[in-house]
Formats: sequence, C-alpha cells, structure tokens
Amino acid sequence: MTDAYRALAERAAARWDELHAKPWLRVGTGIMGMAAGAGDVLDALRESVAAAGVDARVGEVGTRGLCYAEPIVDVHAPGGPRVLYGNVDAEGARRIVAEHVVGGRVVAELALAAVDGDVPGLPRLDELPMMRLQTRVVLRNAGEVEPADVDQYVARGGFAGLDKALTSMTPEEALEEVKSSGLRGRGGAAFPTGMKWGFLAGNASPVKYILCNCEEGDPGAFNDKTILESDPLTLVEGCILAGYATGASNGVVFIRHGHDEPIERTRAAIDACYADGLLGEGILGSGFSFDMEVALVGESYVAGEETALMEAIEGKRSMPRFRPPFPAAYGVWGKPSNINNIKTLSYAPEIVRNGADWFKSIGTEKSPGTAIVCMSGDVARAGLVEVPFGLTVRQVIEDLGGGDPAGKPLKFLQTGGPLGGVLPADQFDMVLDFDEMVAAGAMFGSGGLIVCNEERSVVDLTRCLLAFDQMESCGKCFPCRLGTSHLLEIVERIAEGKGRDADMELMERVGVNMRLGSLCGHGQLGYNPLASAVRFFGDEFRAQLRGEGPIPIGPFTGPRSTRRGAQMSGDTPTASVKSDFVLDVAPVAAACADGKGEE
Amino acid sequence: MTTTSRLPASHGPGSDDDLRERARRAVREQPAPTVTVLSSLLAAQDELHYLPYEAIDEVAQHTGASVNEVWSVASFYPNFRFTPPNRHSVEICWGPTCHVLGAQPILQGVAASLGLDGEGDTADGAVSFKLNTCLGVCPHGPAMSFDHRLAGRMTLDTALRRVEELRAAGAQERGA
Repeated sequence: MTDAYRALAERAAARWDELHAKPWLRVGTGIMGMAAGAGDVLDALRESVAAAGVDARVGEVGTRGLCYAEPIVDVHAPGGPRVLYGNVDAEGARRIVAEHVVGGRVVAELALAAVDGDVPGLPRLDELPMMRLQTRVVLRNAGEVEPADVDQYVARGGFAGLDKALTSMTPEEALEEVKSSGLRGRGGAAFPTGMKWGFLAGNASPVKYILCNCEEGDPGAFNDKTILESDPLTLVEGCILAGYATGASNGVVFIRHGHDEPIERTRAAIDACYADGLLGEGILGSGFSFDMEVALVGESYVAGEETALMEAIEGKRSMPRFRPPFPAAYGVWGKPSNINNIKTLSYAPEIVRNGADWFKSIGTEKSPGTAIVCMSGDVARAGLVEVPFGLTVRQVIEDLGGGDPAGKPLKFLQTGGPLGGVLPADQFDMVLDFDEMVAAGAMFGSGGLIVCNEERSVVDLTRCLLAFDQMESCGKCFPCRLGTSHLLEIVERIAEGKGRDADMELMERVGVNMRLGSLCGHGQLGYNPLASAVRFFGDEFRAQLRGEGPIPIGPFTGPRSTRRGAQMSGDTPTASVKSDFVLDVAPVAAACADGKGEE
Repeated sequence: MTTTSRLPASHGPGSDDDLRERARRAVREQPAPTVTVLSSLLAAQDELHYLPYEAIDEVAQHTGASVNEVWSVASFYPNFRFTPPNRHSVEICWGPTCHVLGAQPILQGVAASLGLDGEGDTADGAVSFKLNTCLGVCPHGPAMSFDHRLAGRMTLDTALRRVEELRAAGAQERGA
C-alpha cells in the first residue's frame, strides 16, 4: 500500500464514521429522480430539517436503478434502522423528517425496504423482487455514495484497485489481469477489452489517449448517464487503470451535451481527484502520471462510433473516418488512442482489486461478468439492473421487472437500440449472452430492453426506429444516407396500409446495399431493426401493407431537423449570414488567369 | 442546454448590442480545458440560447477556424439553433420507449394546441416546441420537459395543462 493511499483511507474512514454519527438523508437527484419530482422532495427535506432544527445531512446521490419507485429517499438515523423510502413527494418528505428523523419511527406507508437493521413487516433491500437476482459490480455504489466525494468512494473500497496496481503490479501484469478476466466491451460490439488495450500498449508513443465513450445516443438506454451521475469515481479509477496498463498519458470522458447532472458530477469527480493526488503528476506518490478531462459533443448518434467520436473531440462534425489507420495507431489529435465504453472501464477497478478469477466466476464462460440492463416500456418495475450473464431474458423482465403493469401478455422486446432487433415472446427463455443473442438475430448491444405487450404494433415501433436511423445518418456514405431515407419511406407506406407487394423484397435489397456500402455501423446495421422485425413478424408486415394489420397504427410526426440537408430548426445557416460578409473573388480569378491556380 | 433540471425558469435572448460581447466572453471563459470549434459553439449557445452570426464569428476568431468551418460544425448538430428561441421551451421525447407508451398522440395534441404541425416556434413568441430523440428518462415515459425541467409519465391532459400554465406565465411577462 502506498503511504498516500494509507493516508487517504484513514481520512476516508474517519469521515465515514462522522457521516454516520448524525442523521444522513440521501435523495436520488439524478435525471431519473428529477423527472419523478426529486427536486421538490430535496427542497422539502432541507426546509423541514432546518425548521426542525436537527443537525442532519441532506445529501444528493444518484439512482439505485429502482426507477419505478423514484423519488427515493434513503434515511440513516444513528441507533435505528436505515430505511429506503419510495414514491416520496414533498408531503412525504416532511413526514419522513418529522416522524423518522425527529421521532425515530419508520414511516411505514412510504417505506420500500430496510437497508440495514430489521423493521417488522418491511423487506430487506436485497429481498425486493427487483434486487433479488442482482450482482452489483459497476452499480455497487449507485445510490449509496454522494458522487464525486472521494472520501465516501474510498470508504467503500474505492481506489484500492489502483493502489494495488501501482504498488504490486507492472503495467504488463495489470494488462494481463484484464486480458485473463475475459472482460468484453460493453458498448455493443463485445470486443475483448484486454486485447484492445494490448494494441495501445504496443505503441511506444509518449502521448496516448484513453477515450471513454459516454455519448449514449441510444434511445431506450440510460445506463451510461446513470452511472456517471451516480458513481463517476469508479469510471475515473477505471480510466487511470486503463492508462497504467497501456502506458497512456491522457484520458478524455466524452459526454453528450444536454443533461447537467452527469456532466457536472463527472467534472466534480475529476477535480476532486486532482485535489487528492489521484490524477496529474505522480499519482499516489508513484511514478505514473495521468491527466483527464471531459469533452462535450452535440446531439449526434453517430458520435458514439469510435472514429466519429475522435472527430467530435477535435471539434468537427462527428463523421466516421476510414480505417486503417486504426485508432491504436492514429487516433484523436493523431495520437494513438483506445476507445472504451464507460461500463467497460467501470469494471477495471474491481477486476484489478479482486482478480481475474473472481470476475470469471460471475456470468457465462463466453460472457463473463455482469449485464447492465435498462428496462422500460410495458414493464411494472422499470429501471436499471445489474445481473450476471446467464440469466434468461424472462427472469430479467418478469422476475425483476414484474412483466406488464396490467398483467397483459407480452409480445416482444426491442433490444440493442435503434440498430438492434426484436425478440419475440416465444424466445424469452434465451440466456443473456453476447453470442447467443446475436445468433438469435437480436443484439445485447448497450443493454436497453424495451418491453412491448400484445397491444403494440411491431410495424409502428420499427417506423419509429427507422425515423431515428434516418435522422441520425451523418450523411457521409450515400448507401446509408439514401438507404435510411428509402427504408423509412417504405415502412411509412406499409404502416399507412399503402404498401406494394414488392416492398418486402425491396427493403431487403436496400438493406443489403447499406450493409455492404457503409463505412460505420450506422449504415451497416441500419437495416437490422427492420430485418429482425420482418423475420419474426413478417405476417404482420404483409397484412399491414394491405391495410389489414391486426393493430391500428396512428399517424407519425417526426423531427424536422435531419442531416440530409432538409430544414434546420430555425433559419438555415446561409440565411443567417449577414450581408456584410462578402467573399472577395477577384484575387482568386486573377490568380487563375495567371495560371497560378494550377500550382 | 437541451434539457436539464436546474436552469432558471425563463431565458431571453438579451439585447442585440451585447450579443457579440456575451458570445466573446462565453467562448473565452468556457470550462473545457481543450478548446475546439464544437466546445466553443456549445459555450456560446449555452450563454445565448442560439447562435447569431456574431457568435459564429467570435468562435472563428477564437479558434482560428474559418467562418465556413464553424458553420459546417454548427449546422451538423441539431441542438444548435440560429434564431432566438421563444420565451418558454417545451420538449417532447419521440424515442422508442416513449413512442410505445403513447408519445405520438401527446406530441400531436400539444403541437395542435400551439398552432403548429410539428416542432417549431409559436408566432406569439411564447413557446418553442422541440422533438427530442431521447430525453434519457425512459422508465418515466412518456417524457417531456418544460423550461428545461424534466417531467415523466405524461398524458395528453397533463401535457396540455403544463403548456397552458407556461403560456399564461408568458402572457403575464409580456403584459408586465
């Protein structure tokens, strides 16, 4: 153990005791809580605590993933049980302060579970149906700690992995640990992470980048944002470890501009690490130095593609680059780079700390570790869960998720985001596993599951996904730019019952050309949602095409702003250029006349 | 900012005179350690809520890029806009989860109540209505945001009521 880490751990332990010496109320104020009204709850708690004159801490935490029960308030009062309250509103917040914090009585009507201690009639947290099958590695701190607080993170074992690597492992050994853990990329492609890191480690350049992709443009997925706003320090530690194992000097966390909480909390976490000597020169007194920053990107789905992401970090349009050269040779700013999803990097601290064998003991042989799954749609307990690979899809959506809220039969799942596919109900016994899901024509992707009951039209959902794919095509490769538009047009007329008999074959021809002719996954996989939907629900498409579909489909209004040169929101750029902007063509014309233009 | 929970309840474009000065300050004082055309544009739009020509020009000067290069980036990302937004912002998510849970009837009903046929700005200067590809709170779908504050589990009735409250507030501000 380094002296610096020992000092940090001692400080953290003292602070942890101090935090528990008085009442501590933790409110989930990530975007998930805020959308459910946590802002009002936070205000009410602060006012009530002040009015009651109690010395209590009201802290803001991320989300535990039990989104169906947000806003959630977690109350620790010394000497009593620690209780999780769900579906709290401002009135409930006032009652919690008056009855639990001041009066020492659990508010039974609002209580969800007991985190510590026994409360008669109340389940323990790990007995809740949504928690029972979970193995929380990446989400171990979510909802437990105030994000960006180094002491709280260290008190729960944070930076122990980094300390272990810096004191007892060479970079090669750290890399070997990740390689032998069998960790695979969680961004969608499931590429072996250790092998990817090896490409970068093999490059001798003095400046190398670890890029962390938190762009998360996938509609229906919300795990990256949730991890960032709940526990950004795990990601920071993971980035530093990746830097150590690969000899990289810089880390860039790449987040979509839009939501404040994930951005501010990540920036605060990085600042706190610099203040404690966990980033910068000579980390924890060792000879290893590493710098980190946050880069923001505008709304662009393709920016999640690794070379497009590098273009966006450089401040350009997020359009993919040709490969080769591959990022490990020529990446951001021309320097060797390695792009990992936030979830992938967030496993590294626990893998190094507990060893590769521990990680391999979770999950399946080919997909070791855990799956972080976002459930939404027709599901009673929507939210975020972390389960070992190897569970069946049915266990996740029925045992954890509780199935349809009204008990209606489920029809299909949409998995893997807008480039993924559908999984019909008769395949719900499929095991969660990267390879098995791909073989079945679905995709685990980044872990989004949209649950649909029997009243949902697969044609209608496919139209929505294709509208997304069409809007988000960056426009660089014409098979994707035109193909996504063409597919959307065909599915729109099918949805309206005005399809043609040849449409089914035409869609396939367009889709195959997109796959063959596009540079990145957006065009290559853009036909996936349609191909998969037709494969399992071809009859529904053929009936809908003639206006005889089983489920009525309403009209669809999509966005105006697309990248195929249509209307922008507001004026088009050229219309906004002031009239005093004049391009002086005379010198150019003169140069051409002189023949100098040929040089 | 596209969506957040904590921006002030209303924002105005400010007077034309100080647009250039505000854009300049936003671009020069941006928090990003690595300054690029994109980081500068985001900083300018965060300050002004749109990108007037003055902002484009300031970004070009600050980054050493040409005005054309700056336009090329600005026109690519749909979160940039080039005219001042109306006093209030209403966003609706049209992502697949919200779609499944009934976003389209809400979207169309809200647009109709605003006198629009889709996203756009109302003629009375009260509301800018935007379709968002995913507001990121799928478990609470259908999701919307009102003046950048997220709201979940919307129905057409609750959505119309919230829009009406905003418009009423906008009318009061105009009268004041």
